[in-house]
Amino acid sequence: MAATTATPPRPYAALAGVTDVLRSEFCKLRSVRSTWWTLIFAVASNIVLAALAAIFLPAHLSAQQKDTLDSIRVSLAGLHLSQIAFGALGVLFITSEYGTGMIRATLAAVPRRRLMLGAKTIVFAATALIVGTLGCLAAYFVFQVSLSSDTLRTSIGDPGVLRAVTGGGLYLTVLGLLGLGLGAVLRSSAGAIAALFGLLFVPTILADILPRAWQNTIGPYLPMNAGDAIYSLHRATGSLGAWSGFGIFCLYAASALGIGFLLITRRDA
Amino acid sequence: MIEAVGLTKRYGSTVAVDDLSFAVPAGQVTGFLGPNGAGKSTTMRLILGLDAPTSGSVTVNGRPYTAYRRPLLEVGALLEAKAMHGGRSAYNHLRCLALSNGIGRARVDQVLDLVGLRAVAGKRSGGFSLGMGQRLGIAAALLGDPRVLMLDEPVNGLDPEGVVWIRTLLKSLAAQGRTVFLSSHLMSEMALTADRLIIIGRGRLIAETTVEAFLATGSGNFVRVRSPQAAALATRLEARGVTVVCHGDDTLHVTGATTDDVGALATANGLTVQELSTQQVSLEQRYLELTGDSVDFRPAADARVPASN
Repeated sequence: MAATTATPPRPYAALAGVTDVLRSEFCKLRSVRSTWWTLIFAVASNIVLAALAAIFLPAHLSAQQKDTLDSIRVSLAGLHLSQIAFGALGVLFITSEYGTGMIRATLAAVPRRRLMLGAKTIVFAATALIVGTLGCLAAYFVFQVSLSSDTLRTSIGDPGVLRAVTGGGLYLTVLGLLGLGLGAVLRSSAGAIAALFGLLFVPTILADILPRAWQNTIGPYLPMNAGDAIYSLHRATGSLGAWSGFGIFCLYAASALGIGFLLITRRDA
Repeated sequence: MIEAVGLTKRYGSTVAVDDLSFAVPAGQVTGFLGPNGAGKSTTMRLILGLDAPTSGSVTVNGRPYTAYRRPLLEVGALLEAKAMHGGRSAYNHLRCLALSNGIGRARVDQVLDLVGLRAVAGKRSGGFSLGMGQRLGIAAALLGDPRVLMLDEPVNGLDPEGVVWIRTLLKSLAAQGRTVFLSSHLMSEMALTADRLIIIGRGRLIAETTVEAFLATGSGNFVRVRSPQAAALATRLEARGVTVVCHGDDTLHVTGATTDDVGALATANGLTVQELSTQQVSLEQRYLELTGDSVDFRPAADARVPASN
């Protein structure tokens, strides 16, 4: 190697290179303000909507609704907003590089493109999992503290509660990874964000106009229906179990990322 | 040392780089010239492995660029002025790139000082002027203290002070034995900076030569003589088979003889000479002479001249 390196020579173990690329990708994620704003927005909407639901919802519920309502899903009402933030963050983590031209500097520094994309995936997944899980736990506890009556109260030790609450963090993480995968495939911020939310919302809407039998067959496997099982306390009729639904949801993200990994070495940057 | 062999890149039916072979030696500044759309930037992207060649290959210090684990220690490249995320500060931009190649913080501070961006290191690069962005790009290229530097239009957007700065920097880097490869469409800039030239048009090699040899082979070079006895001198020069064109009563343009020849002949014949000088075509004129065909997108095969080096 070069005789004129700026730093003391380091061992050339493959792992050393991997650690460097992981650190570089983490530096990229934390050094733009949009990351912080997006994550603050996500956590704040989780907490605020949980508090609002806890304060205002119980008064409007009939006795029957109180029995059938999934109280964890109510406390995680903020997911409707925070999922948009996590999805956009996943998309932008890669498409902003293509949009700004940074990708050329990135790939000139790390020509092993799959290593770069792998590091991006790991860094994003770890960050999203930590922030998403903490955000959902915070929403859950704020909801419990703010409840105006005992009807929807649960304990974190009750069966399935911890799984459903932390499942919210898993859902946000995998949704963000789906965005990252679509971003890697489409390389355009607008295109990938449209594709992500199109994929999440449109099939569920379209399914409503299909014949009932079709709805029952394919409905549970649609991305959003499969994904929301993991943060539901009770299994809704006609939907998949928490972990099998989550598995299907992961498959969508894995497919998008897989195509991204396949294409990244085949296309010009 | 950068070596390209039969490098070809097609985008659909467009041939951007056409069977290009050249070598960029160490210890010199090599200029990469060509009209807009000649394929200079594409060639640089091929060298960095950003684009894959349709055929042919290119190596940097004997290995393909993509084979390097820490390529920034080997090659520093400035591609477009803004290969950076505008929302990231100059310091963090460099820090993220440095981390990927195991380069420490101290070096980030060093290159910021070197390009004069220390004072704005914490500012987001999106607010930078073209010249500041260019300096940040150059800082990124210097991060790994590389043996090979490759810069696409480095003086683009720099103020006159910045132009002198980059010229001095590149020459000092080459003097340290590094390979410096820079593209430009500014011929006058190349005349001051480059030792060697690689000229392409429509993706093909037109000439690979030294700046001196390139100018010497120009068709418009002549010796200008001013003498009160111009007519007598012209007669004696023509007697030796030299082409002489008279301009006014006292000025001759001599082609086919050196100033030494003309001076000796004048002395031998006792003729007074008031001015005797070599008139060389400028690099710019010579360049236009060569690339004229390729700018017009006509077949450039007849514009090819043999590489003289």
